[in-house]
Amino acid sequence: MQQDKEYVGFAALPNQLHRKSVKKGFDFTLMVAGESGLGKSTLINSLFLTNLYEDRQLPEASARLTRTLTIERRGVEIEEGGIKVKLTVVDTPGFGDSVDCSDCWLPVVRFIEEQFEQYLRDESGLNRKNIQDSRVHCCLYFISPFGRGLRPLDVAFLRAVHEKVNIIPVIGKADALMPKETQALKQKIRDQLKEEEINIYQFPDCDSDEDEDFKRQDAEMKESIPFAVIGSCEVVRDGGTRPVRGRRYSWGTVEVENPHHCDFLNLRRMLVQTHLQDLKEVTHDLLYEGYRASCLQSLARPGARDRTSRSKLSRQSATEIPLPMLPLAETEKLIREKDEELRRMQEMLEKMQAQMQQSQTQGEQSDTL
Amino acid sequence: MGKLRLRQIPDQLKVIELIIQKRGPESGPLTQGSAYARARAEARRARATSPPPRDSRAHRRSLLPRSPAPRPRPSLEGLPEARTDAAMSELVPEPRPKPAVPMKPVSINSNLLGYIGIDTIIEQMRKKTMKTGFDFNIMVVGQSGLGKSTLVNTLFKSQVSRKASSWNREEKIPKTVEIKAIGHVIEEGGVKMKLTVIDTPGFGDQINNENCWEPIEKYINEQYEKFLKEEVNIARKKRIPDTRVHCCLYFISPTGHSLRPLDLEFMKHLSKVVNIIPVIAKADTMTLEEKSEFKQRVRKELEVNGIEFYPQKEFDEDLEDKTENDKIRESMPFAVVGSDKEYQVNGKRVLGRKTPWGIIEVENLNHCEFALLRDFVIRTHLQDLKEVTHNIHYETYRAKRLNDNGGLPPGEGLLGTVLPPVPATPCPTAE
Repeated sequence: MQQDKEYVGFAALPNQLHRKSVKKGFDFTLMVAGESGLGKSTLINSLFLTNLYEDRQLPEASARLTRTLTIERRGVEIEEGGIKVKLTVVDTPGFGDSVDCSDCWLPVVRFIEEQFEQYLRDESGLNRKNIQDSRVHCCLYFISPFGRGLRPLDVAFLRAVHEKVNIIPVIGKADALMPKETQALKQKIRDQLKEEEINIYQFPDCDSDEDEDFKRQDAEMKESIPFAVIGSCEVVRDGGTRPVRGRRYSWGTVEVENPHHCDFLNLRRMLVQTHLQDLKEVTHDLLYEGYRASCLQSLARPGARDRTSRSKLSRQSATEIPLPMLPLAETEKLIREKDEELRRMQEMLEKMQAQMQQSQTQGEQSDTL
Repeated sequence: MGKLRLRQIPDQLKVIELIIQKRGPESGPLTQGSAYARARAEARRARATSPPPRDSRAHRRSLLPRSPAPRPRPSLEGLPEARTDAAMSELVPEPRPKPAVPMKPVSINSNLLGYIGIDTIIEQMRKKTMKTGFDFNIMVVGQSGLGKSTLVNTLFKSQVSRKASSWNREEKIPKTVEIKAIGHVIEEGGVKMKLTVIDTPGFGDQINNENCWEPIEKYINEQYEKFLKEEVNIARKKRIPDTRVHCCLYFISPTGHSLRPLDLEFMKHLSKVVNIIPVIAKADTMTLEEKSEFKQRVRKELEVNGIEFYPQKEFDEDLEDKTENDKIRESMPFAVVGSDKEYQVNGKRVLGRKTPWGIIEVENLNHCEFALLRDFVIRTHLQDLKEVTHNIHYETYRAKRLNDNGGLPPGEGLLGTVLPPVPATPCPTAE
């Protein structure tokens, strides 16, 4: 009896939330970017244990000479433990391919902004029940293990998108590196990111009341950014031991899920198991809000649009068109049209009034004359 | 762990000379290949019928104009026959000049009445070459970080190339392609080789890599120009220093997909100017199946685009050459791994890379094809690389220059006229 009196019952709230979100399902948009041949598709297949790239046709070098960057979206529904995730993978084939890669990142920037615009419109629209969130929640940027850190193209791309999407830098095909080389490369990349003032996704600090083990693990994971990953969907049997996913070489077998071999497990844990929701929140609360603020500001002062676009939007791409110019939803369009009509009619009225007044005064003058 | 076997080069040289003398000019194309065993067999045969040996300096004396065909394959410059009437027929512009009078030496019965000692020519020439030594210039081209310097150091077993990772950390990628030539003298078995490694930092590293091969092409042509100027001098040096690029190792990134557009463009422009040997760098990221698929795709792409890498098919002169080179061509581009660190494997110290999942041995043919590349470039085809550079690429350049200057050697012309600039090789671009 006493228990009933003191127990209100809102401790069950998280369960209710959980049940609701499970019913609703999650959607998550992940972008992978980087030069071709760094193992991006293999890693995605390994991360989510699917075969998203089955029907992919790789063009030859001569065809790639004139190819421009395209954006491809592939969707897959993954279900695990009763929870459904609608995963969209955005690919950027053609990035870094051509001999002249100047501005090759602009289509990517434009794509990310378009998703923000779409969401902004949906949010400001009349029917907000089923907003599809197609914003890019995370961008895995692949850095080549063969270079000596970030290349000029990497820096240019990251600077163009770091304020618009969560960036997680990743070193692809990490089995090209010996352990010492991996450490040196990671340190070099971290230094370069700091030097170029590129904001990558900051994994949030764990709460102070977590146990030591968890904190240590968390610190270790943060230390290993950028993640040096290897992907594989093939299962190899390593000399009698249990089958593992890996790559078989003549000198040994790399295991994808072995923490001594690569950071695949760390990446998977941080991306999927612990920080999926946080990535979405940061996208919504920080990146999207930043975009929205700058857009609305330019909308609120159409006369001073030129000035604002130069100062506030100068960081964004040159081809970005401020929101007012885009076609709005149907009802809003009607309202605006009616507004225009009213204004026009008002102007006409004023003009007619002015004319009448003029003719009156003229008539008076002629009267006096 | 194996030697460079530079000692074999003087032998290769002598043997080829013998073959030429034995066969004579009208037998058509000459053996340019340098398979040691085959050459030796030839030499044995040649000993019975060869005419007395000529001064090797005859190499430089021929001043007759060459036929203006785009790819002339003239007889080796050292032909003693240049001084005879037979060679006057070379003035007639034909793709394969044939002398008017057959020069085939009369075949002597191989039963000589006594030992003359002609076969000591090999020893004499070997001694001479060992005294003078010889040059070899190798250029490495590829994006930064593909292991170019490490591979060259591994090839020649010495620190001939300063690795960029040991540079000052503040040194950034150069904004334009730079050409850095560093020379070393390495010696083995009494044979001295002046090795020059030409590095090209900055290639392919910028965002816009349009025409980044132009400085390289310019450098190569400049070396030809230098040699040409020395050749047409009235008072010539006894031994013209050879700075021409004999071999260009092009490093392909192991993406596993196909060649990159930049690779295609570079090789298209430069395969007619210099011997290009493509290699797949850092091949320890590919499994055996991936390696063979990638190689096949690369070969097919090169073929489709009309790019001939060394050894070029068009210069295979006889069947033996062709079969040997075919075998090599089938296994190119070599997938290599370079290293300058040694590890203990099965009680031996080997060059390799140690990873948590195994040790990659550089000289183990099951792991990578470094040994094949080394044997190919150094132990069997070193001399051939130089000869193709001298007889084909340099001659093409020379013919073009002479044509541009109205048939006169550069430096001579109408008084006061400006010489035509060093031309870039025209290249058909893919539409």
